[in-house]
Amino acid sequence: MSFPWAKHYEPTTDFGRYMDSRLPLPRLVYGALGAGYPTPKNLNYFYNFGVLAGVALVIQIITGVVLGMHYAANTGIAFDSVEFIMRDVNNGWMLRYMHAVGASFFFAVVYVHIFRGLYYGSYKPPREVLWLLGLVIFLLMMATAFMGYVLVWGQMSFWGATVITNLFSAVPIVGEAIHTWLLGGFSPDNATLNRFFSLHYLLPFIIFGVIILHVWALHIPGSNNPTGVDVKGPQDTVPFHPYYTAKDFFGLGVYLTIFAIFVFFLPNALGEVDNYIPANPLSTPPHIVPEWYLLPFYAILKAFTTNFLFIPAKLWGVLAMLSAILLLFFLPWLDTSPVRSNSYRPLNRIFFWVLVADCILLGVCGGKLAEEPWVRIGQLASAYYFAHFLIIIPLIARFEKTLPLPNSISESVLAKYGRTPPPGSAGSFGGTMPQPAE
Amino acid sequence: MVRLGALGVGLVFVLALLWGAVQPRDAVTPDPVRALHLAPTEIEWSYRGPGNLGIFGTFDRGQLQRGFQVYKEICSACHSIHRVAFRDLAALGFSAPEIKAIAKGYDIPSIDEKTGEPTTRKGLPSDKFPLVYANEIAARAAQNGALPPDLSLITKAREDGPNYVHSLITGYRDAPANWKVPDGLYYNPYFRSLNVAMPPPLAADGQVTYADGTKGTKDQYARDVATFLTWTAEPKLEARKSTGVAAVLFLLIMTGLGYLSYKRVWADIKRKPASI
Repeated sequence: MSFPWAKHYEPTTDFGRYMDSRLPLPRLVYGALGAGYPTPKNLNYFYNFGVLAGVALVIQIITGVVLGMHYAANTGIAFDSVEFIMRDVNNGWMLRYMHAVGASFFFAVVYVHIFRGLYYGSYKPPREVLWLLGLVIFLLMMATAFMGYVLVWGQMSFWGATVITNLFSAVPIVGEAIHTWLLGGFSPDNATLNRFFSLHYLLPFIIFGVIILHVWALHIPGSNNPTGVDVKGPQDTVPFHPYYTAKDFFGLGVYLTIFAIFVFFLPNALGEVDNYIPANPLSTPPHIVPEWYLLPFYAILKAFTTNFLFIPAKLWGVLAMLSAILLLFFLPWLDTSPVRSNSYRPLNRIFFWVLVADCILLGVCGGKLAEEPWVRIGQLASAYYFAHFLIIIPLIARFEKTLPLPNSISESVLAKYGRTPPPGSAGSFGGTMPQPAE
Repeated sequence: MVRLGALGVGLVFVLALLWGAVQPRDAVTPDPVRALHLAPTEIEWSYRGPGNLGIFGTFDRGQLQRGFQVYKEICSACHSIHRVAFRDLAALGFSAPEIKAIAKGYDIPSIDEKTGEPTTRKGLPSDKFPLVYANEIAARAAQNGALPPDLSLITKAREDGPNYVHSLITGYRDAPANWKVPDGLYYNPYFRSLNVAMPPPLAADGQVTYADGTKGTKDQYARDVATFLTWTAEPKLEARKSTGVAAVLFLLIMTGLGYLSYKRVWADIKRKPASI
């Protein structure tokens, strides 16, 4: 679907007409990413991050496929093969640093993308399915990143795998059986490494498939925008090409520049030094931590220190960590406010920034040793995380007095330029009631 | 219904967490190790370039060769650099015959061609530096229970690696009165547990005689060997940085052009409000 004023693809050459009646691929591209896709004209730079995430995935797949040609998934030589890539494979050091730094950047970009969606209410109707698919991608990313980190078979790989797979043993009755089944043994070993390599190669392509669904689900209602107000007419949109292709290209340039600075000058800044020590099942590192992008969830896992309601602390931690992600699937139905954008939600906007600070605080707690005051701070920050989504957001949606919405996107753009719309057009600012999101 | 369920689940999680938060904590005795432990001293490294930023700068070949000499004469008694091949030494400025001669000085485990029995042969440039001990048990047996780690990756495998190596091998001192060092260990505030099994490797100035006339001081040895071990940990460091400078320059130009075209493409849209 698209807006009625969308331009339609018209083949200009004989070959174009030939293809159009057989495999209309150019028509698909034209309608999805070309001039045939009208896009709100007020998107800010935060709307670049979807494209950036796609590029980040492509970089991971390309570098990963080449790394896979030189990597050996065997506990005896996995670490050596990584060092072989670093020392003897042509430009192997660059491929590996791009892949390792690329994983961090992929997550950084996706986190901005998710928080953008939270701020502008992009999960609200009619984009719930788009949001749900995005969360599926996020879950798949976490699984893929975790397994990829294990492949290095350094100390942190091994002990991270030990800690994370151990979580499954917290499940009552069948936990141990599941744990053994997943690992192919009683602790991470060759069987584990081999299946992790297989899955680490498979999952990115599944992510790619879900991204196609994600983009499809985006193209039905079209992009949300910073006002959260629906597109009303042609004056609210510009064709995706050349307007957003040009903007995305610029954004991509900024992204790649920062990416290159990390790859070439700070390649190990985001990693753990312990992972340059080969895995040793007999020597536990003093401090086991996941990569930075999983630290907030690790903090929630560690926050449960006492048994409660006859459920052991470990099971609480596992349930909470799982719930911390799963609750996001319910967000479109927890936040019932008809106003999408936080620009017009003064109370929710405050709590949005509290949530951002809370997540950063959780990340800090996740990286600390289990000692005071960090344990207590982690517990309070975790409590806020759950309270925010499950208690505060539904209450705000119910009681918040939202600000008047602009009548249309173009009206808000005109207001930004300090001009009033011409008589007879969208109308004036004051007294407009919030419009339902549906 | 969803919101009611969420409220219930949310309250349970919050209560479980707050219940944990209000539990009394065991009294913690401050860790004496943490009080005595020192962070490595920051050093200006020639290969990190101006401002120690790590953007420009290349290895000083002379320093790499001196570091290799220190490694060979002191460290290699116990520590291997098994991930480095003799051929890699070309990057230190050694010529092919020199590398051949260095390799020849090492015995490499092999198999006798006639009998099939394990034996050794002279090293070739394609060989890796051999292990000092055949395995961990042999190492611990010879080293009073301690395991000297392979040094190939040591500057990447320790926080602030090059500074750490320099500080560690020059940082031995007498233990403070309140710290008891077990027999056979040595006090070193830069080591994680403060008690390191490695005896002070640098005994005195002049321990190694440099051929290039550089004055042999303990600090100089430590700097040179730390630089050498930075190279063993990342032989492609120079290629990484020079590629990086080119890549970032290219990307900056590309991004600048991208910005100009973005501004140009959007000019008519941004101008529109005036014309309405």
